[in-house]
Amino acid sequence: MTIELRSLEQEPSSTKLALSLAFAGLISGIIIISIYEATLPTITANKARELREAVFKVLPNVSTMQKLQFDNGKLRVRTEKGADEDTIYGGYGSQGQFVGYAVEGAGPGFQDTIRVLYGYLPEQRKIVGMEILESRETPGLGDKIFKDMAFVANFDDLSVDPEIKAVKKGTKSTPYEIDSITGATISAKAVVRIINEARVRWEDRLPAPGNEPKLESKKTKDEG
Amino acid sequence: MAINIKDPSAVQEMMKGLWRDNPVFVQVLGMCPMLAVTNSAINALAMGLATLFVLVGSSALVSAFKNLIPKQVRISLYIVIIATFVTVIDYALLAVFPAIHKELGAFIPLIVANCMILGRQEAFAAKHTVGFAVMDAIGMSAGFLIALFALGSVREILGNGSLFGIDLFGAGFEPWVIMILPPGGFITLGLILLFFNWVTERKARFLQQVVAAEQARG
Amino acid sequence: MDNLIWIFVSAMLVNNFVLAYFLGLCPFLGVSGRLETSFRLGLATTFVLLITALCSWFLNAYVLTHAPYLRLISFIVVIASTVQFIEMAIKKLSPALFKALGIFLPLITTNCAILGLAIFATNRGYGFAEGMVFALGAGAGFTLAMVLMAGLREETEIIDMPVLVRGTAMNLIIAGILSMAFMGFAGLFSST
Repeated sequence: MTIELRSLEQEPSSTKLALSLAFAGLISGIIIISIYEATLPTITANKARELREAVFKVLPNVSTMQKLQFDNGKLRVRTEKGADEDTIYGGYGSQGQFVGYAVEGAGPGFQDTIRVLYGYLPEQRKIVGMEILESRETPGLGDKIFKDMAFVANFDDLSVDPEIKAVKKGTKSTPYEIDSITGATISAKAVVRIINEARVRWEDRLPAPGNEPKLESKKTKDEG
Repeated sequence: MAINIKDPSAVQEMMKGLWRDNPVFVQVLGMCPMLAVTNSAINALAMGLATLFVLVGSSALVSAFKNLIPKQVRISLYIVIIATFVTVIDYALLAVFPAIHKELGAFIPLIVANCMILGRQEAFAAKHTVGFAVMDAIGMSAGFLIALFALGSVREILGNGSLFGIDLFGAGFEPWVIMILPPGGFITLGLILLFFNWVTERKARFLQQVVAAEQARG
Repeated sequence: MDNLIWIFVSAMLVNNFVLAYFLGLCPFLGVSGRLETSFRLGLATTFVLLITALCSWFLNAYVLTHAPYLRLISFIVVIASTVQFIEMAIKKLSPALFKALGIFLPLITTNCAILGLAIFATNRGYGFAEGMVFALGAGAGFTLAMVLMAGLREETEIIDMPVLVRGTAMNLIIAGILSMAFMGFAGLFSST
């Protein structure tokens, strides 16, 4: 009520209006920055843990991982924090011997971008596991790419030569084919396309089997 | 400013949001973020609670500062306040419940565009004391939460054969996938509104009959 | 180029903003009574969506790289003020255009389709061209949904139907059936 009375009597000056807006902006900025700073460590830790779990899931018999970075034409151990599109993950066994790579790929699915992580054994040229890191595919249909365990199991022992192919469910006959999902063909094909693209991209970047970067003693597992 | 919970009018402010002025079933507000996330009960619940936090927080703030907010820029200020609370809940969910944040995804920021929240600031919080504004906000968001939850449970039970992820019907049940797809959201809400209309109409007719009977007797 | 066509068709038909993402429902259910009005509202929304794509691309590319936490607030503030500015400009330059489209502008700015577009484009990492095509597709899809809905509603006005069903309940069920029909467009992608 007081507001209406006051505005009838006099218009507040535009300086006052600007000041009140600026003040509100300042307060809200402070609140937002404090919540961001407060939650950032937990969020980064969550993401790192999620990724670690995914890497251990797609590469069997792995006990340590480290980030590998492709730059200047060769693969080296990444010591910086974070990851970019030229980062992959090396998995190492309990003796520190190299086991395989975990490679991330992303591409458009039916609704939104799908991010996929797959485990790859370069010596045998085989994919040994697949995990969907992120997808917003239709619940009940497209989300079968990670809920349908029979589909996920397709990727547990899959040859990459000449290239992976999705075929109609139940007609898999060669080591490079996967059984698609009824009702979610588009999402299933998207996963296959993403993996094929990522594999082609990394084909020439990976060193010859046996020359993989050695495991560095530094514990990399808990950083972001 | 402190109000007694037993104060009948304060309780009334809260209760009206649950049925008589239910934001979804009666006023049909705030549907943009709600239909998209009600494909399971847990998502609906999370969305409802996030909305509760935002609405209660911004109502309290707006009513506390109502005398300092210049009329000409009030809408912009309300939006800044609401957006601040939404950002806070967005980061909080991301830190504490990353799995739920993943499911709700882009729809948490869209709480800002929920017309119910801005509407309550303009229609109620800007004219009442903090106590009343908070009670109103709790009532309204509880009504919103109930609506979301009803929608989410119906869609999850029929569309997935489960509730809160727990299987209800066993393997023999063929889920009505359409219910968790977008058309199911529209149709379920349409049918619930229809039911609401029907109940309201029956009630009105019943009252009419009572009045007529009274008149006939007197 | 393929990618851009894909984005356009996806935003317009397969993942229609209104019928698949439930964005912009308020005008969809509130204004879609008349065919003519719906079409004009659709055009005005497309225009605002394009501005939004431009603003959000600019903010993402140059302003928000170091402060992602300010994204939501800056999107809202920048989009709302840009639209208001353009509204004033149109009012001054072309009163006729203002009368046809401008009156919808304030209504559209508070529409969740606008913010939704900015957020989706950000989450998917769209660049300038992709963002603009996305906005164009989303706008075309919104207009299409509005016009279809208005046509259907004009029909329902003259048919005999219980009073109880009329209103939002019926509109939602019609929208549900439309949404189901649009799901058929998913078949467009089966070959990719």
